[in-house]
Amino acid sequence: MERRWKPFMSEEKQVILKKKVVIKINGKDCEREVEPRMLLVDFLRDELGLTGTHIGCDTSNCGACTVLLDGRSIKSCTFLAVAADGRQVKTVEGLAEDGKLHPIQEAFWEHHGLQCGYCTSGMLMSALHLLSHNPSPTDYQVRRGIAGNLCRCTGYQFIVDSVKDAAKRMKATR
Amino acid sequence: MYPRPFEYFSPQTLDEAVALLSQLGEAAKVLAGGQSLIPLMKLRMSSPRYLVDINRIGGLSRVAQRNGAMIFGTLARHVEIEDSIAIKSKLPIMHDTASVIGDTQVRNLGTIGGALAHADPAGDWPPTLLALNAKVKCCGPKGERTLSTDELLVDAYSTNLSASEVLTEISVPLPWAGSGGAYLKFERKAGDFAVASVAVQIALDNGETCRDIGVGLGAVGLTAIRARKAESLLRGKKLSKALIQDAAKQISAEADPFSDIRGTADYKRHLVTVLFERAMNVAMRRAHGEEVETVHV
Ligand SMILES: Cc1cc2nc3c(=O)[nH]c(=O)nc-3n(C[C@H](O)[C@H](O)[C@H](O)COP(=O)(O)OP(=O)(O)OC[C@H]3O[C@@H](n4cnc5c(N)ncnc54)[C@H](O)[C@@H]3O)c2cc1C
Ligand code: FES
Ligand code: FES
Repeated sequence: MERRWKPFMSEEKQVILKKKVVIKINGKDCEREVEPRMLLVDFLRDELGLTGTHIGCDTSNCGACTVLLDGRSIKSCTFLAVAADGRQVKTVEGLAEDGKLHPIQEAFWEHHGLQCGYCTSGMLMSALHLLSHNPSPTDYQVRRGIAGNLCRCTGYQFIVDSVKDAAKRMKATR
Repeated sequence: MYPRPFEYFSPQTLDEAVALLSQLGEAAKVLAGGQSLIPLMKLRMSSPRYLVDINRIGGLSRVAQRNGAMIFGTLARHVEIEDSIAIKSKLPIMHDTASVIGDTQVRNLGTIGGALAHADPAGDWPPTLLALNAKVKCCGPKGERTLSTDELLVDAYSTNLSASEVLTEISVPLPWAGSGGAYLKFERKAGDFAVASVAVQIALDNGETCRDIGVGLGAVGLTAIRARKAESLLRGKKLSKALIQDAAKQISAEADPFSDIRGTADYKRHLVTVLFERAMNVAMRRAHGEEVETVHV
């Protein structure tokens, strides 16, 4: 059959060495040897089995893969695992402590901030980023804070309610 | 989706980065925030064989005031510029610009230098930096050189930088007293690139005469466009509604848009005139000392 695509590496073959990385994930150092092209989301899901972080679009648009890198929300499908070497990553698995849900998770539960749940881990991480920089956001600021996260189910209103209630809960526990 | 295989380097110093780039040649690319490069590599529209990650080089993200200018290290993230109170008060146009780029996650990683080096025709930084007469500094095997934003932007996605040069700094002259600026972007949905955008930076004498002005247009040409004819129509004149409308007509002639999924060329040509009049309004009110918000989701 005729080949419809170009061979994978048509020029001279390049030998790519794996690199050792140590990334602190949810407080624990994780050491692995990875190909430089491995994306952080695949590192989390395939290397560590942390499948709470989802892949929605794989094109930097939907925010389902959102995690915190040194406290800042990023799309882990648009970040290389090698670039995270020596840095701290927080994923949805790091939210609950000792079997107790994080106040943001409780608020999403209480206000039906999710339906199918596909966008939820990313939403939670974006909400955490927002609330850690702005503990009392307005409706507008909440909507702006989750503008990088798409949800096909909820219509967003219940998510906004959840984040606002989470802000109250987090203040109460502080 | 995986990019094609590549070798990864993370130099600790600028000299090391430049040496690596000169040695590796055209097959190497600089990695800054990765918010344009990684998506392109995943789609295999770009397949560098070597990546030189500059994020571990110290001092490249510093923002400081020096010799009458605000100096932005190339790795200053959009979010740092958006959140800076000093920038919001001294250069509100830069606050406007940083705030409308993509979404929180993109702004947390994307860098001002990366956005300029990427030279996306619809990017938000190029029109603003044109309007502000910003200069960029780059460092290569033969040493440093300084370029104006105009000289840097050559064509869509292409700049005057050679493969072995690293953009290191962007220098923005601090506006005189009695100045104001604004960046307005029209987008179809939250986080999208501009359909069209306009940056205006104006300095007023006695609050009504245009002492100097810079106008940058985004997404209406192969590069961001500096509307020089409209600027000279306004410079030195007392500003009236009629004069601003004349300048808006000139803007529409200087724009060079093409039809695409975001709109027809005619539509965009009209859009820049509307955005220009609105941006002028905000810039002048700010020049008069009023605080005006422009950000929309
Ligand atoms: C979902 C999404 C939405 C976005 N929306 C917008 C938007 O609305 N408006 C907008 O303006 N942008 C938008 N962007 C792009 C974003 O602003 C990028 O951050 C920016 O264009 C590139 O900056 P970077 O630091 O990520 O550069 P990178 O992606 O790392 O690099 C981009 C290019 O510049 C080169 N480069 C980077 N730094 C240097 C340097 N110091 N010296 C020499 N070459 C260098 C790289 O080699 C590469 O070719 C969006 C991106 C995404 C993923
Ligand atoms: S999977 Fe990363 S943004 Fe959609
Ligand atoms: S709950 Fe289904 S996508 Fe958000």
